[in-house]
Amino acid sequence: MNRPTNGGKAAARTIKVDALARVEGEGALYVRIKDGAVKDIKFRIFEPPRFFEALLRGRMFSDAPDITARICGICPVAYILGASHAMEEALGIECSAPIRDLRRLLYCGEWIQSHVLHAAMLHAPDFLGLDDALQLAKTNREVVEKALALKKLGNDILEVIGGRAVHPVNTRVGGFFRAPSKGDIRALGDRLRWGADAAQDLALLFGGFDFPDYEYDYTCVSLRHPDVYAIEAGRLVSNRGLDIPLAEFFDHFGETHVAHSNALHGVMRNETGPYLVGPIARYNNNQHQLSERARQVAKDAGLNPVCRNPYRSIVVRMVETLYACEEGVRLAEAYEPPAPPAAETVPGPGVGYGCTEAPRGICFHHYSLDDDGRIVTAQIVPPTSQNQPQIERDLLGVVETNLDLADEDLKWRCEQTIRNYDPCISCATHFLDLRVDRD
Amino acid sequence: MPQPRKPKLAVWKFSSCDGCQLSLLDCEDELLAVADCVEIAYFLEATRAQVKGPYDISLVEGSITTPEDIRRIRKIRRQSKVLITIGACATAGGIQALRNFNRLYDFITAVYAQPDYIDALANSTPIQDHVPVDFELRGCPINKYQLIEVLNAFLNGRRPIVPPHSQCVECKMRGTVCVMVASGTPCLGPVTQAGCGNLCPAVNRACYGCFGPKETPNTTSLGTWFGSSGLGPPHIRDFFRSFNAGADPFRRESEAHE
Repeated sequence: MNRPTNGGKAAARTIKVDALARVEGEGALYVRIKDGAVKDIKFRIFEPPRFFEALLRGRMFSDAPDITARICGICPVAYILGASHAMEEALGIECSAPIRDLRRLLYCGEWIQSHVLHAAMLHAPDFLGLDDALQLAKTNREVVEKALALKKLGNDILEVIGGRAVHPVNTRVGGFFRAPSKGDIRALGDRLRWGADAAQDLALLFGGFDFPDYEYDYTCVSLRHPDVYAIEAGRLVSNRGLDIPLAEFFDHFGETHVAHSNALHGVMRNETGPYLVGPIARYNNNQHQLSERARQVAKDAGLNPVCRNPYRSIVVRMVETLYACEEGVRLAEAYEPPAPPAAETVPGPGVGYGCTEAPRGICFHHYSLDDDGRIVTAQIVPPTSQNQPQIERDLLGVVETNLDLADEDLKWRCEQTIRNYDPCISCATHFLDLRVDRD
Repeated sequence: MPQPRKPKLAVWKFSSCDGCQLSLLDCEDELLAVADCVEIAYFLEATRAQVKGPYDISLVEGSITTPEDIRRIRKIRRQSKVLITIGACATAGGIQALRNFNRLYDFITAVYAQPDYIDALANSTPIQDHVPVDFELRGCPINKYQLIEVLNAFLNGRRPIVPPHSQCVECKMRGTVCVMVASGTPCLGPVTQAGCGNLCPAVNRACYGCFGPKETPNTTSLGTWFGSSGLGPPHIRDFFRSFNAGADPFRRESEAHE
């Protein structure tokens, strides 16, 4: 991998990754500045590779949801449902409407807990010049307590339906092992009504933050569903005219492996630049399908019809949380236990695709199965790898417009920029190892 | 009187999904109280602030999968009075230990176009293979109430109350109907440590072994029973070979059905 080429000064100043950075931090940013202009920028993730696509080979189709859930402890439902949908397509299984509704409610729980964790606990402190939410709790305890209660509501939905908040156990290809009782689900209705109010408060509070001055004309990629704001199903669309079924994903999207990062980089064929997935992409593509209240709160919180400032993702997350609570109320109050709780599955050959809107953007799965229902090939494209080129591009723009900042302030601004996207990356980059070479 | 110094808590991550350290942030009702009792000195998922070691308690998530990890865990051990591993990755190598049963190069080329860019060890191994560990908390993911119990115990100088008995005991205590007896569903409950909260049998699902082997598990007997109930060797192998595939009793039993 990258190592110092020699002791000469010029060469040493272009080291992209040094040994110390690898020891101390799993995310690193290297910037080279010459004559007041950014000449090179590299954002590196050193999350050790775990080879999921390889270790799925030979496993039964039914193992995929639980195994892929372990890719991410923050958004396991995205993996469970993406894998389940792909397997159901491969085996020709159709799930009943009550099963599909219960899955959407489960996913609302994941959006709520993940969005609140990301926005309130991990991102908001950046806007206030604080290290973490615990510092925030010292000055604004009510805000943190409200955020924690809202996050807990999301986790409680995951527990009531899935049996466990991190890596739910009640989900399977075809549906659920046991349908939750009507009383348990309907009891969530009132709490979700409170949740909508809490999310609205947080959206308006975050809307008042001082947002760094940076905009980008994003290529926004998301799912779109004909009837509802897409969460767990839909076609793939973009604001540049893309509109394709999941099976055509690899005709339009690919991944490249670059030397400076273990996360594969998503690329869109036929587009020259990077593309964006996640809350801003969904909001820009599908906001007409949000509830009237969510659209009004978005407006009151300062969001334009097209959001180009990535720091405002913190507001979009709370608008989506508000929507997830409202959607949760609708689904919980109409809930009838699916009977049977799962469609019957018969192992066999097939090919299937699954894609859902993980909290951080589209999470794509593709599998092929042999005659026994064992996995022959597996391909998983998570949101993080798709956004990585866009993160790099944003960092370039942010560094270019903030060259006057001292290194320490510039470092924090870069961390804040990364946290626009992903706490999964940012947990490795709360301590971003920033190297700035100023010639 | 000067205030006594708060114990310093550090949370470290190796190869993992972040779910176990997330369990600490998922203690919504207890988080602010925990933060009042300890100084959170290093916890990248939650804070950019960092306080230098030594640390009174280090929680370690994730398995060792790169040469750099080995150097880093040794350094963490030197800085930590008490080192507690949290979760199946740190305690048994995690789901990524499935690579231990295959050739690493095949895995790398299956995922990455440029194998030379990847720097990884052949096996995914638990923390205890590299440094002494004071306590191992099981689970994929851990149970957050067990985590609070373990922190509480170490902060107060007592043994954590974390029973090593099987999932079967949990079913009996909860009055959960046995899925093997009632419907003949093969279940890892008899050889799996309790602690999850009796989750799977309660939703009519067989235990799939998230918490790893219980003390003195009779995996051979259970494997034989699975076979006589009609489960084929590849299914028995895979059943023992998941989130705790690297734990010795499960590894041996899975290999017996190769």
